[in-house]
Amino acid sequence: MAPNNRNMRPPKGAKIPGQKIDFVAVKRLLGYMKNYKLTLGIVAVCIILSSLTNVASSIFLQILIDDYILPTLGRPNPVIQGLSKLILTMCGIFAVGIISGYLYNRLMAVTSQKVLKEIRDEMFEKMQKLPIRYFDTNTHGDIMSHYTNDADTLRQMLSQSLPQVFSSVITIVSILTTMLVTSWLLTVVVIVFVILMLMVTGKVAGNSGKYFIRQQNSLGDLNGYIEEMINGQKVIKVFCHEEKAKEEFDRKNEELCENARKANAFANSLMPLMHNMGYLLYVILAIFGGVIAVTTGGVTLGAIASFLNLSRGFMQPISQVSQQMNMVIMALAGAKRIFDLMDEQPETDNGYVGLVSAKIDGDKITECNEHTGKWAWKHPHGDGTITYTPMKGEVVFDGVDFGYVQGKTVLHDIHLTAHPGQKIAFVGATGAGKTTITNLINRFYDIDDGKIRYDGININKIHKSDLRHSLGIVLQDVNLFTGTIMENIRYGKLDATDEEVIAASKLANADDFIRMLPDGYNTMISGDGGQISQGQKQLISIARAAVADPPVMILDEATSSIDTRTESIVQAGMDSLMKGRTVFVIAHRLSTVQNSDVIVVLEHGKIIEQGTHNQLIAQKGKYYQLHTGAFELD
Amino acid sequence: MFTILKSVRQYKWASIATPLLKVLEVIMEVLIPYYMADLIDYGIDKGNMDYVVKIGILLICFTVLSLTFGIGGSVTSAIASTGFAKNLRKDMYYNVQKFSFSNIDKFSSSSIVTRLTTDVTNIQNAYQMCLVVAVRSPIMFTVSIVAAFRINSRLAWIYVGCVPILLITMLLILKFVHPIFQRVFQTYDKLNNVVQENVRGIRVVKSFVREDYEINKFKNISQQIFKDFAIAETRMAIVMPVMLFCSYACIILISWFGSRLILASGNNPANGFTTGQLMSFITYATQILISLMMLSMIFVMVTLSRASVERCEEILKEESDITTPENPVTEVKNGDITFKDVNFSYKKGSDNYCLKNINLNIQSGETIGIIGGTGSSKSSLIQLISRLYDVSTGSVFVGDVDVRKYDLDVLRNAVAVVLQKNVLFSGTIKENLRWGNENATDEEIRHVCQLAQAEEFIEQFPDKYDTYIEQGGSNVSGGQKQRLCIARALLKKPKVLILDDSTSAVDTKTDALIRKAFLTEIPDTTKIIIAQRISSVQDADRIIVMENGCIDAFGTHDELVKKNKIYQEIYTSQTKGGSK
Repeated sequence: MAPNNRNMRPPKGAKIPGQKIDFVAVKRLLGYMKNYKLTLGIVAVCIILSSLTNVASSIFLQILIDDYILPTLGRPNPVIQGLSKLILTMCGIFAVGIISGYLYNRLMAVTSQKVLKEIRDEMFEKMQKLPIRYFDTNTHGDIMSHYTNDADTLRQMLSQSLPQVFSSVITIVSILTTMLVTSWLLTVVVIVFVILMLMVTGKVAGNSGKYFIRQQNSLGDLNGYIEEMINGQKVIKVFCHEEKAKEEFDRKNEELCENARKANAFANSLMPLMHNMGYLLYVILAIFGGVIAVTTGGVTLGAIASFLNLSRGFMQPISQVSQQMNMVIMALAGAKRIFDLMDEQPETDNGYVGLVSAKIDGDKITECNEHTGKWAWKHPHGDGTITYTPMKGEVVFDGVDFGYVQGKTVLHDIHLTAHPGQKIAFVGATGAGKTTITNLINRFYDIDDGKIRYDGININKIHKSDLRHSLGIVLQDVNLFTGTIMENIRYGKLDATDEEVIAASKLANADDFIRMLPDGYNTMISGDGGQISQGQKQLISIARAAVADPPVMILDEATSSIDTRTESIVQAGMDSLMKGRTVFVIAHRLSTVQNSDVIVVLEHGKIIEQGTHNQLIAQKGKYYQLHTGAFELD
Repeated sequence: MFTILKSVRQYKWASIATPLLKVLEVIMEVLIPYYMADLIDYGIDKGNMDYVVKIGILLICFTVLSLTFGIGGSVTSAIASTGFAKNLRKDMYYNVQKFSFSNIDKFSSSSIVTRLTTDVTNIQNAYQMCLVVAVRSPIMFTVSIVAAFRINSRLAWIYVGCVPILLITMLLILKFVHPIFQRVFQTYDKLNNVVQENVRGIRVVKSFVREDYEINKFKNISQQIFKDFAIAETRMAIVMPVMLFCSYACIILISWFGSRLILASGNNPANGFTTGQLMSFITYATQILISLMMLSMIFVMVTLSRASVERCEEILKEESDITTPENPVTEVKNGDITFKDVNFSYKKGSDNYCLKNINLNIQSGETIGIIGGTGSSKSSLIQLISRLYDVSTGSVFVGDVDVRKYDLDVLRNAVAVVLQKNVLFSGTIKENLRWGNENATDEEIRHVCQLAQAEEFIEQFPDKYDTYIEQGGSNVSGGQKQRLCIARALLKKPKVLILDDSTSAVDTKTDALIRKAFLTEIPDTTKIIIAQRISSVQDADRIIVMENGCIDAFGTHDELVKKNKIYQEIYTSQTKGGSK
């Protein structure tokens, strides 16, 4: 009844588990259980009690028949001696079974949810601390699947499979023991039979697994195709390509159906197979036992009867274990993926220089809590003293080399000085390294060689959080969060008043359109913010950066989706936003960057030209060519 | 519920066979304990080995039959459910192919994808479960009860007594647990949403140093899930002891009364109740309980899949609002375009028009530029020409015939649109270009690439025209993609060619070359060019200036520079700094 398989889509690159138990994952899982030792102890005892009760009910019937009913038969006036006492005992045993059944179900359900919550929270916490590199090198779908597919199988295993497997094993062991006590000869028959049976079912399960993998592959294939086609549906319409799009779909759909059918057919057959094997065992035991009873008298009739009954109780836990084992193996594979994510190297922060709001009075700098619009760097020294230097906003690149992958340098020997309050623009083709430079200033990535200095301080000496607080960033791909527009803008400064938010929106020229929306600032943005246009989203993200009021700003194609006319209006707001700040601008449109103090032209990760618009035009170099439209920029 | 069942089609027989086979299996499964009782009573208890062997062989036959039916049913259920899923996917996908632009706008593409994948899988599972269990369990229940009554009608009443207990438990669960589970699903969606937003927007989170804020947000939702789950599971935990209680109560009661009956009959089957029958009776108890439990499970599963069913039906029931009329016109005479009193709104029935009172006359072979700010409805205007949307009022004529009278394929092949948000598909360059014309020769492909100024860069690729384009065209640059899309449209040899901001990433020099090629190579084709850059349109025959859904002005570049305020503004904003 629990929710399962909410997200059936296999993530790209998800591994289908092999048929092996991962003991390292088991050990770590057990580590989470450590805090619940007492609860789990009670659970274990309860499971044992409840399984034993189950076995007891079979033995009870044998005793009832052998010791009470049969001896009384044939007497002239048959009354069973002590029957009520036996029944009462059984009632007691059953009561214990029922109570312990309830207890372990309840305890286990809550405990497994608790463990799962811990794992989930830890995973998210760890994920937030991972460097940008992790998010850039793993597909989003793959990261997501840790929270959906992997956590889900894990939940099922913890709350359902594990207790079931445990209780089944207990049942199997106790039944086997009872069987051995009753008749070792018949027990041997049972064991041989079970081994044979496991061999057969193992084959079927193996086949099912094989086709299951194929099914997942073709499912992924079909999903990919559907995704591509649906995303290009309008193009399909424009080109009347509908029939063609159906052909390939049909082929992939057919293939998926074929594999899914086989996978399901094998998997479904497992149950009837187990079931009927149970009947077969029953008959074999009856005949074999009968032969022994009649010929040698080695077993009593009652023993055979109870043995038959035991054998029926025996098959169910075995088929349960074999069914749940698959689940367990899958869940452990999921657990391993989760642990792998947790074990990723988090971002390191060895910074010790902090950034504080400050009152500056001549040379005297005092730290304060309120927002003054002025900041100071706070240097703690080894001897316990603290010195403050004013934050000015000077950024210097000194011979910086960088590559995303080792050995593949994308930025070569970058020398660049941004004086406080200057507007620095980066121009260049896609892949020239514009965005990469901005990724380095806020230490999304760490440089390989050279130095970046912020007001003369090497940026790796600054607390990462303070460094980032000091840099406002507006990106081309606007990411808004589910919530109202007000909340989204306030993201820049959590304690901003409504007035501050509105003032920031006005600065970014977003106020007008927000007020036009039916719910104004309370308009909910959900999903990817479908109800507002890309250009409007960019305005909101500019407002979000504005409300944070950082001393240095990075605008990465921040106005690319705004048309030139609106942009010139926004530009006014942007200019007032940029006033007195050091600003790094990346823009596609040269008109956006013309008024910059320094324009940096990048090509293949190298600075090839640097200067003001007029200087560069006069140089008649690459920038001049770009400006006159002789070169392609994209 | 019933719309989707139409997709069963050729798997009808498998769908019918499955429950039938399952019923046969059930009959065997009920007969088996019945004869097992005999095996004990007449065989083992009496020491009659011949009988044991005889019944044993019979039982083996039954087992083989039961196995055959069981596996048969498994196979047919797999055939039926996966086949049904296949057809359902196909029907939905085919219907999506019929969708008009406005249909597509209604569903986001990611939601269409989920419906075609996750939802269909959910339905497939529920359908299989229904086929297997929906018939099997009631029959199992009935037959077991009947068999129990046949053995001993008085003892069988004990089972009947269990039914209300179980039913009430199930109902209580449905009432008190199910809503919580549904709430948990929603909270789960919220949680996943937070993760997704964080993964996507990690740069925003980190640059605003909001990691702890997000962690708190996550933990709150996570805690809510835990709480709800814990409540739901705690309540669910009552099911197992109730089942145990029923099962144990049956055993106790049957043993108590059964043993008396056995004594009364002297354990002689001829006289009445026997030890063998006692054993069978207990087997039936398990079967009855299991079938009841399965029934309640299937009930829950169906309710859970109801949402998926509804989502799929929305797609199946969506009817395209743009279709080819009866007796359509099958030839587009020329590239004349006329708009007559056109009003248009994306929302049906709304008079909040985004195109207002449009009247236009364009001659075949003319080059027309369209310019205007974001949201001035430039794209809306041109989408009416190839009938990607239908006008709300008024009419649009191409080649002097109302576009609604044409065969859709004919119209769209004659009016080629290069969309603003254009897409290349995974496949070679050649394959992508052939979308324009399946039977295009290599020579023709080369020719259109020359016109679109794409030949030069294609020749630089090692595999030239056989270069593989990744999904979405991610391995070619924006400007290259745009030129390939133009070449693809040119292959149609259209009467009207519309470029919706399709050279924005192409440098001005190449842009000019493309326009020059159009002028000399396809002089009879009407060319409509939407652009942000004045330079892209200034040498057009005439230029339309759009503002707020209206045509603000329509004239040559020189006229507009002199007279039109908006055009002047755009012109100065782009030439500021004196580059031209």
